[in-house]
Amino acid sequence: MIKTLHAFRLFLAGLLASLALGAHAQLSIEITGTGASRFPVIIPIFENEGRLPQSVTDVVRADLERSGLFTLIDTGPLPMPESVMPDLAAVRARGADAVLTGSLVPLADGRYEARFRLFDAQKQQELGAMALPMSPAQNRLIGHRIADFVYEKLTGLPGYFATRIAYVIKSGPNFELQVADADGMNAATALRSREPIISPAWSPDGQRLAYVSFEQKKPIVYVHTLATGQRRVVANFKGSNSAPAWSPDGNQLAVVLTKDGQSQLYALSADGSGVRRLAQSAGIDTEPFWGADGNIYFTSDRGGSPQIYRIPASGGGAQRVSFDGNYNVSPRLSFDGKLLAFITRNAGRFQVAVQDLATRQTTILTDSARDESPSFAPNGRMILYATDTGGRGVLSAVSTDGRIRQRLTVQAADVREPAWGPQIR
Amino acid sequence: MKKLVLPALLALTLAACSSTGPENGAASVQDRGTGVATVTAGSAKGSGIAALTDPNNILSKRSVFFDFDSFVIKQEARPLIEAHARFLVQNPQMKMLVQGNTDERGSREYNLALGQKRADVVKQALMLLGAKEAQIESVSLGEEKPRCEDRTEACYGENRRGDMLYSGEF
Repeated sequence: MIKTLHAFRLFLAGLLASLALGAHAQLSIEITGTGASRFPVIIPIFENEGRLPQSVTDVVRADLERSGLFTLIDTGPLPMPESVMPDLAAVRARGADAVLTGSLVPLADGRYEARFRLFDAQKQQELGAMALPMSPAQNRLIGHRIADFVYEKLTGLPGYFATRIAYVIKSGPNFELQVADADGMNAATALRSREPIISPAWSPDGQRLAYVSFEQKKPIVYVHTLATGQRRVVANFKGSNSAPAWSPDGNQLAVVLTKDGQSQLYALSADGSGVRRLAQSAGIDTEPFWGADGNIYFTSDRGGSPQIYRIPASGGGAQRVSFDGNYNVSPRLSFDGKLLAFITRNAGRFQVAVQDLATRQTTILTDSARDESPSFAPNGRMILYATDTGGRGVLSAVSTDGRIRQRLTVQAADVREPAWGPQIR
Repeated sequence: MKKLVLPALLALTLAACSSTGPENGAASVQDRGTGVATVTAGSAKGSGIAALTDPNNILSKRSVFFDFDSFVIKQEARPLIEAHARFLVQNPQMKMLVQGNTDERGSREYNLALGQKRADVVKQALMLLGAKEAQIESVSLGEEKPRCEDRTEACYGENRRGDMLYSGEF
């Protein structure tokens, strides 16, 4: 049945929607900037970890290191079991402020329970403990969860390591919509096409992607269920259909349609039914982002140049949000509703900026020239975006204070249109 | 008689459009194909379907080019728009897809909206010259289907265009 479906899709549209194809193009991440002061931590190998085919604590260390907020202090190959109180004076003597002790306790069914405790070596106190059951093959997932735990205890912010990102790879004439773990591993192709794919947007439950595909020689909005590869056309009206954005409850999509003239904002149900107009202007309205604050942020040239505006999702007048410069586009609101990330044109260069909505203070975070498509990590601390180095499309991430920088590349291909997925608890 | 009326209508279109931006006199209808003969304006002799692919017929030309940040059809594009409008009038069963395109600078979705404006301008010009609304769908490809991928002004100019495709060609 699945094979038949595939053949049908291939026949129908000349493209292939995969169930969970293996990756042939791996994202690699390079840290290009770190926090001003990094927190020194010791993450020793867990007791019994050698029994697993792949390490758990390697994943924890790599996540924390990559966050730019931690320095990992090596302690050699000796584990510090979860059941034993660590020598915190010795931890301090090595220059660390915190230590994670851990053990993998074998369970009767062949699985393990990862038990771990975090200690503050300065204050000489335990910061918390957790136990997570895992199969031997779940080392990456459990490693990300443990890294989230350490990150949250030490920074006060939720971690974002157990999240996924979506992006589009262009290699030659081929386009692939891929989904990978936030560390670039486990990349899988969701859609392969000979025509462009743009604007992927995660459903709040992390199960579906809405996106724009040009496979029918015009932009049409689809919703794609990742687990099954099933796709549904949700907006295919006369003219162009684009820029999908999920409502916070996942029941609706804001989209841009041209069925009544210029590009304008509409809302429809996630199954494509019940289209209604959200706003009306004489110019272009596009790039809606449906904020958890109940506002829809969008780009409009109603004032002459493209600027960011917002309207209440329940209806009402538009309020201008961006004021500096004559090209401000692609608004994305942080999950706490405090920061707005967008792209600004600054002396001919397109750069990532954030505005503190309370103070209206705007800061440009990058020094590149071709930044596009910002999206927040679920904890609001990092912004993932597309940019370019040496004529090649790459993804980059920058912290909202501009200090921490990462670059994500794929060998011999252009990467673009990133979207950071939600935190699934 | 028709030959006089059509340019007059198109001039009206151009006047209506030119309030949205500056205009200059650079050549706008260009032969971008390989090995396709150059034609002189107004040489749309036949109106049969074969004319669409006859390299000696202006109807084989499909692209209307735009200036940077502009949505105004240039004077040079008039003969091409007139020829296609005449073809649509004489062949009411024919359907056309107008695809608007932009250069690569800036936001993909905003460029998609700008490409739509270009496609709409071409559609409106064709309709003012007698083509029926139901015959033409205007859509945008934004910056996604560049004809030329170098980062040069010449390339950007080639990518800022509207393409007119007939049923069976898209």
